[in-house]
This record gives sequence, structure tokens and C-alpha cells, in this order.
Amino acid sequence: MTGRPWSNVAIIGALLLLAIAIPRLGLPAFYVSLLTQTWIYGILAMSLDLLVGFTGLVSFMQAAFFGIGAYVVAIAATRYHFTDFWLTLLIAILVAAVTAAAFAALALRAEDVGFIIITLALNEIIWGLAYQWVSMSGGDNGITGFLRVDVGPFHTTGNAGFYYLSLTALIVCLTLLTLIVRSPFGLVLVGARERPRRMAALGYNVWLFRYLALIVAAMFAAVAGVLFAYYNEFVGPGSLSLDTTVQILIMVILGGTGTLIGPLLGAGILVFLSNALSDITQRWVLILGAVYVVTVMYAPDGIVGLVKQLAARARSRHALAPAAGSMPSAALNPREGPER
Amino acid sequence: MRRVFVFLRHHRTAAYVSVCAAVLALTAPSARGAEQPPIRIGVLASESGTAAAAGHDMVTAWKLYWAEHGERVDGRRIESTFYDTGSNPARALTVARQAVEQDHVQMIVGPYLANEGLAVAPYAIQHKIPFLEPTVSADDLTQRKANPYVIRVAGWTSSQPTHPAGDWAYDKGYRTVVTIADAYAFGYENVGGFNQTFTARGGKVLKQIWAPLGNTDYSPYLSQIEAAKPDAVFVEMVGADAVHFLQQWHAFGLKDKIPLIANETTTDQSNIRTLPADVVDGIVSFGHFAEGRDAAATQEFDTNFAAKTGKLPSYMAAAFFTAAQWIDSAMLKVHGNVEDTDAFLAAVRSVRLADSAFGPMKLDTYNNPVENVYVRRVETVSGPLAKYGKTWNVVVKAYPNVSQFWNLAPQEYLKQPVYSPTFQGVKAP
Repeated sequence: MTGRPWSNVAIIGALLLLAIAIPRLGLPAFYVSLLTQTWIYGILAMSLDLLVGFTGLVSFMQAAFFGIGAYVVAIAATRYHFTDFWLTLLIAILVAAVTAAAFAALALRAEDVGFIIITLALNEIIWGLAYQWVSMSGGDNGITGFLRVDVGPFHTTGNAGFYYLSLTALIVCLTLLTLIVRSPFGLVLVGARERPRRMAALGYNVWLFRYLALIVAAMFAAVAGVLFAYYNEFVGPGSLSLDTTVQILIMVILGGTGTLIGPLLGAGILVFLSNALSDITQRWVLILGAVYVVTVMYAPDGIVGLVKQLAARARSRHALAPAAGSMPSAALNPREGPER
Repeated sequence: MRRVFVFLRHHRTAAYVSVCAAVLALTAPSARGAEQPPIRIGVLASESGTAAAAGHDMVTAWKLYWAEHGERVDGRRIESTFYDTGSNPARALTVARQAVEQDHVQMIVGPYLANEGLAVAPYAIQHKIPFLEPTVSADDLTQRKANPYVIRVAGWTSSQPTHPAGDWAYDKGYRTVVTIADAYAFGYENVGGFNQTFTARGGKVLKQIWAPLGNTDYSPYLSQIEAAKPDAVFVEMVGADAVHFLQQWHAFGLKDKIPLIANETTTDQSNIRTLPADVVDGIVSFGHFAEGRDAAATQEFDTNFAAKTGKLPSYMAAAFFTAAQWIDSAMLKVHGNVEDTDAFLAAVRSVRLADSAFGPMKLDTYNNPVENVYVRRVETVSGPLAKYGKTWNVVVKAYPNVSQFWNLAPQEYLKQPVYSPTFQGVKAP
């Protein structure tokens, strides 16, 4: 952002304190529930942002890995009576990674629209499995009959306990994803997004980097899926349907692609807005649709992009120096901001 | 505007925190301060998504009952809050949380779909909230997963009306059938009921076809059916699938060629009201509701519902209306004291409806109604209701007091697994 890192630290610190304090503020448990959902969808949306925002791959199969994570929890607990949280999490991540390794190899044979269609079809395969393989997945009815398990210090049966577990997972995932996008690996992804041929000419195997990005993103999606299954104590094919795919894509676009924090914001807006609006009117889906259209038209870089743009404009007006008039347009483009 | 940005720049941290605090303060509910608090009922209905039409019928019928009978029990006001499940189980669970944790409802009525009901049930049980289900028909909720908090007021199980259907088909002289149904839980259970009783008598199922939900073209299946040359066809379809199926069944000339035995949803009023009379006329079906039933309770409900909406009621509407009637009687029994959950649940269980839009109803020990199952035939609407609809289901024969276990002892019935694509109740010869 600007050259004042201490203020960023202060903001992050304040938000973190606020997030930690929320379950103790005496709010109705339902809001804590909705925030928990936000953290979980936030992880999922950030995982997709790694692909859409940083790698430039609009993948429509992220919901499949979310669903795989969720179904691993449900199937392990109900069919095999296996309830260890950490091992379940590990298995879910591995299953998602292996599936992603196979799917990515297929999907990366195409580009642009072809890539979208292939990922869409692959997502439908997993959905079909969940819907039709009744003896394993429970089909349309999904799976119930498993419970949240305590994880370390978190007593997850209570709303607050599960809230803190999800918040911790979110912070860990956000940190890891931030490290990944700032690492040389992440920079190559961005480079390959902007100038694939030049990156190839420089000796980078662009295909391999994209392949790895798809696998890494799937692993994060599986983490979100595991949390989602425990949160609901229910898993159904809806969790990996096209609906979910579109929803997380909207979260990413609404919040701002290539920002990580934006998709988290988008997740929160979607979760809270859909609940608030459905309280007010039956036509809430329509209003939500209008919000998306307006966002895409007037804030194509999402909310984070819009905020940055407004801040930059305010700064340039405020500045007394004549240099303000020649504010470089680059500052308006959030993608080209922090090159370090 | 500019000042705001200046403020933001200089006091960003403070600004963020205060904005967040303001949002939280605004969203927190204000304290309620009535001496006699109302009875709060959370009604979960699918007002958007694939089942929106059904959800709308349910809400209308629910409101109709309370408009007719007054929203009070022993002087205590009844406050119904409606929650949109979006026809989606995860969302149904979210709104159930909202109902319980934010609005502190004392009971949940609904939702509509089986998968929504199965998702919400464990949550309601955990929080000891009476979960009253007028339409959710997933067999196991009152069978292998029966629970004191889960009661199907004015409800049914998927296989309850189809057990008599199998028996009836054999008596009718049919010896071989092909079944065609939606490939999901309701279809598996609904058809399973038919197959079990039909094959127990000695009938033979030549072929079972599972068509994907949302299918629009049934012609490949229809030619398979024709090739199999069955004595009769049993069909289960819901919503638009039923409409498409019935249209094509007629268009392919099978209607006058092969006897069709339909389940309840296929010829439900919500489907046949959209179809021309000659497409559906004369089709025989099995259900726990028949809007053309010649009884005062049904006709009165039809008349009031039609006066309000301009159309004849679906079974979903009848279910929510009758559920309101059922819950009203139970609340009256405990003098509106629903806070004593155990006493209230006992009252709900003890309700006996001498007659209702469905007919007489009472619960078995697994919390599912023992109720009439009707052999129904689609006929042109006659009488004063003719202006509200083209065709309706009239009663040809009634099977009184049908249990979800048909003629088996519950313990014996529950030894078999729930119906699925791999278990259709067919005993090995």
C-alpha cells in the first residue's frame, strides 16, 4: 500500500482483535455462525483467487475439491467410524491434491474458454459421483450423522469454539497464501499470466507452474471443505454443484481478484447480504444479481480495487504539490502496486 | 467527501474499528419487552430456487389457516416467521440456525424437500427444538432415524402410499411392470414401496428406469418401456419432470395402450393444472391427498384456498394447512405453554384429527401419521370449484388407516434397509 507499513500493521492488528472479540460481545449466536461461514467461504474464495487472480486461470472446478474435502469427513466418520481431525484433514488434502493432479493435467491441455469448459465438466463428474453413488455418498440426501470433533484447545460443539477454529484456519491459510504469492513461485505465476511467452523464453516451464498452482489451490479448497462439513454436520451434493462454483467466483470478483483479502471480503458480503436480503424480501436473489452487475460495471477490480482507486484519487486531490496532476495511472491499477 | 477521506487517512485504524462497531450495533436486535411473549414458530419454506412454486403454496396455506382461526392460543399471540430455504439443504440449515439462535423460535415447521429435512433434523434434535414436518417424506426420519423431536404432523413417508399401489396392481390383474422414476432418494423410496408389495404377491418387475432429475426428453425411455411389453407402468415424477413425462406419454400414444399407475406427485394438482385435460384424464394414481375427495373437510379447504389464490390446492398446500390445524390443537392442549417442550411434544403426539383435508389422521409410535391412502383418478372438475381448475384427483377407493409399515410389524419392517437403487424391496425368489 502506501509507504507506511506501521499503519497497515495497526489495521490488521485491530481487525484481528475485533475478530477475536466478536463471540464475546454478546451478539446473537447466529451472527457468530454467519461469520464462521464467512471464514470458511473466505478460505475457499482465496484458494480460487490464487488461480483467477494470480495465475490467470478461471477454474470452474474449485467446488469439486471443496466437496471432496467435505465428503472425506462425512464418509470417514459415517462409513469407517474414523473421526481423528488431523488425519481426516490430511487425507482430505491428499485426496484433493491427487484428484487435482489428474484433473489439472487434463484441463491444462486447453486454454481460455476451453479450459473453462473442461474444468466445468470435471466438476460435474465429481458432482455426478456425489449425486449418483448412493451407497457411498447418500446421493441427493447427502450424509448426516457425524459430529464436530474437538481440535486441540477448541471445543467445537459450541458456536464460539468452532468460530475460533475457523478463524485460526483462515489466518493460517491467508498467511500461507500470502507467502506463496510473494514467493518466487508466486511471482512466476503472475509473470506467466502477463507474459507467458516471455516467461517461457526465460526458461520457466509455464505449464508446470500452472499445474502446481491448480494442485495447491485444490489443497486449500479441501481445507475449507473439511471445515464446512464439520460446521454443518451435513454434506450434500449441493456443496460441489455448479451453484457453489459460481458463488465462489462471484465472491472473488466482488471482492477484487488478485488481492486475497478481497475474496474474503466478497465471501463476507455474500454470506451477510444473502441472509439480510432474504429476511426482507422474497426477491432477494434478484437484488443480489443486480449488485453483481453493478459491481462488474462500476468496479471491475472489485471492492478492494474500488477502495484503492478512491483512496488514490483522494490522495492526489489532497496533495498540494503540482506533481499531483501527473499521478501515474499505474497507481490506479491495483495489480501493479506492490512490486518488491 | 473529501473530509471523510482525510479523516480516513489520518485515523484509519480508529475509523475501521468504529465502522465495524457501528455495523455490529445496527445489526444486533433490540430487546423485546412484552409481558406475554408470543409463541414463535419458524416456518421453513422454499420460496426461491427449484421448489419455489411449492414453497409459495405452503406459505399461502399456512397463512390461510391462521387467518381463518385467529393467531391466538389461550390469549397468547402466535408469531410465524418465514425463512427461505432456497431449495438448498445447506441454506435450510443456515436459516434454521437463524430461526433458533437469533429469533429464538420454539418450533420449526417445514422445510419442503427431503434433503433439506434430513440436513436440518440433526440440528433441531441437538437444540431440542420440535421439528414438525408436513411434507418431508424421507422414510428414515420416522423409521431408522426416528427421534422424539421429529414429528411428521400431517405428513407422510415416501413409500407409504405406494405400498397399497403394488398390492392393488396385482389385484387388478397386472403381473409385469416397468417402473420409471426420478433418480434421487424420493424416487428410490417411492418406487421401492410399490415394488415390495407387488413382488411379494408374485408380480414381476421387468425393468427399472431411473431418469435424471430435471430431464426434459423421455422418448428414449418410452421406447424402452414399449419394447419391454409390460402389463402396466409405474411412474414417479416431481414438478416439471412430471409435466414433461405426462405430455410425452400422451404424445407417443402410450396413454391408451399401456395402463399407467402414477404416484402422488406425478398427478399432483400443481402439475395437472398446467396440462390439457385429455393429457391427464383418467390417469390412476396413489396418494394421501385427493383434492377431489367428496368430504366436507377437503371441499371446505379447497374452496377457501381457491377463493384466495384462484387455483385448486396441491398436496403441499393441504399439508401446511393441516399442519397448522394440528399444531393449533396441540398448543391448545397445553394452554399455549410451548416452553415445556416435553409436554408440548406429548400434546402434538396425542392429537387425533377426526377429519382433515387429508381425512382422519393420528400418529404411530414412530411419529408418522396413520392415514388414508387414496386410489385417485384424474377427472374434469365438477361443481362450484370448476371455475378454479380443469382437472382434479377424485377418490376411486380409499385404503383407511395405512401405516408407514404397511401390513408388517415395525420391528420386522425395519430389519430391511431403506429403499435405494440397490435395494427395491424385491425378495429373491
